[in-house]
Amino acid sequence: MKDAYFASMTNRKKVLKIANFILLCIGSLLFLSPLWWMISTSLKTMKEVMSFPPTFFPTDWKWENYLKTWEAAPFDLYTINTLTITILVVIGQVIVNSFVAYGFAKIPFKGRNVLFAIVLSTMMIPGFVTLIPQYVLFSKLGWVNTYLPLVVPAFFGGAFNIFLLRQFYMTIPNEMIEAAKMEGASHFYIWRKIGIPLTKPAMATVAIFSFNGAWNDFLGPLLYVNNENLYTLQLGLQVFKGEMNTQWNYLMAGSLFVLLPVVILFFFFQKYFIQGINLQSGGKS
Amino acid sequence: MKKRKLHFKRQEGLVGYIFILPWIIGFLIFTAGPLLFSLGASFTNYNITSQMDFIGIRNYEKLLMDDQLFWTSLYNTLYYVAFSVPLTTIGAIFLSVLLNQDVPGLRFFRTIYYLPAVLSGVGVYLLWMQLLDPGTGLINMMLGWVGIDGPNWLFDPEWTKPSLILMKLWSVGGGMLLYLASLQGVPKSLYEAAEIDGASTWQQFRYITIPMITPVIFFDVVTSLIGGFQIFQEAYVMTNGGGGPVNSLLFYNYYMWNKAFKVFDMGYAMAMSWVLFLIVFVLTMINLKLAPRWVHYEGEAKK
Repeated sequence: MKDAYFASMTNRKKVLKIANFILLCIGSLLFLSPLWWMISTSLKTMKEVMSFPPTFFPTDWKWENYLKTWEAAPFDLYTINTLTITILVVIGQVIVNSFVAYGFAKIPFKGRNVLFAIVLSTMMIPGFVTLIPQYVLFSKLGWVNTYLPLVVPAFFGGAFNIFLLRQFYMTIPNEMIEAAKMEGASHFYIWRKIGIPLTKPAMATVAIFSFNGAWNDFLGPLLYVNNENLYTLQLGLQVFKGEMNTQWNYLMAGSLFVLLPVVILFFFFQKYFIQGINLQSGGKS
Repeated sequence: MKKRKLHFKRQEGLVGYIFILPWIIGFLIFTAGPLLFSLGASFTNYNITSQMDFIGIRNYEKLLMDDQLFWTSLYNTLYYVAFSVPLTTIGAIFLSVLLNQDVPGLRFFRTIYYLPAVLSGVGVYLLWMQLLDPGTGLINMMLGWVGIDGPNWLFDPEWTKPSLILMKLWSVGGGMLLYLASLQGVPKSLYEAAEIDGASTWQQFRYITIPMITPVIFFDVVTSLIGGFQIFQEAYVMTNGGGGPVNSLLFYNYYMWNKAFKVFDMGYAMAMSWVLFLIVFVLTMINLKLAPRWVHYEGEAKK
């Protein structure tokens, strides 16, 4: 009797498992289909894009669309501009936040908890509240039409990244720091020689998140950059959209250029993306 | 001896301040200073170039009493938040539970579901404009396969906001990973015990899984609520800077953007930003107050 009960349960479990697997397969097809659509549309002729009903695969693979798109707008210039900003932002975010996070995690000082609570609470301020007065500040400084408003703040710490790195530093035993101090090492030395090497995975996570943030930033360049020679990829793509109007094959090819580096980064460094998420949820990596 | 130790402590404290100095400077210049300036300027007719006269609460008065677009934009934003936050939360939990059943190819599935979440910006918005095209887009084509005559999406004021919510759901993978990490921390023994007691799969989900992941649900809801209120870029790009049909995509921040950077009515825009701040703050506080009723933290029961 009991055996039969368990047997039926394992059967039921098997059915559930198979159903689960099928559901996941269908779901992943749904999730991938937009990306396929982007590739497929980018390879079609405009006539085929507009045809009804739409085709799932291009009938005539127009590889030259990519060349035409690349030549239709200065994507090379946009790429260099975007890389310049992105690299500077990544350097600033990684080094400065690691420094600050070490301070919050490993050096006792008066008011540390209160200050860290302020760090966390700044994450809750809607961006637009500071966006407008910051614009006033940067325009009075004459920084409009330069990259300074996009880059300089990255060198003064970011709440989210400080939080992330501090979480990681907390897992380093204090005895290790104490021992180094006994040997006469300064905190600066300990940060460089012990802190950085031990928190490399977390720094990689911060680097990747910062890269992604700067690469995809649209609002900042939209607000501060008017000079066409300074356009970033996001801004360039938006302008390209206006110029191409409804040339969806070229627009999809352009979108592909802009999204591809992030996709590549994702496949190579997925581990660090996932680690960042785990640190957020308070779990260990 | 004691004095020397005290001296040492004080010196170490000083080093601590040096370490966090970049953040302190950044906080004062890029956050606290702007906040104060903005609060003050919200009581003026500031326009960045010529005028900054104190006009009392007139900006706030006009906003609440005499600005139809303010209410439209607030309605649009509340609509978006009210649907996108629960839908993304439920979607993320659902996906993570499916993935937590030791299925073959877990890594593969995880990668696929997470990939769209790392993509953002203009490229994604252009892609969705194409996907949602009523005649030549993929979405209506797929709906057609199952016999549904798809709506006009971004061209129909009734469907513009659902369009953006659909796009948001595509990036549900970030939340999914958050829940997956937390699900993997639920002790297997709990499920085994429940099974012996004859609990059904649904009962196990309802009385073990959900309570165990409530801290993450709480975190997710709070952060996506704050994020949801800030929707701007997607609407800006997808409407070509126009607000969409019948202003149905004129979100709060979008209207504020127009006020601040199109007509340079900065005092007014800053007043708007403080009203939004207040709304988000109150909602977050309500969330925090309600949390003890439904969020279970491990070890709490022992008290």
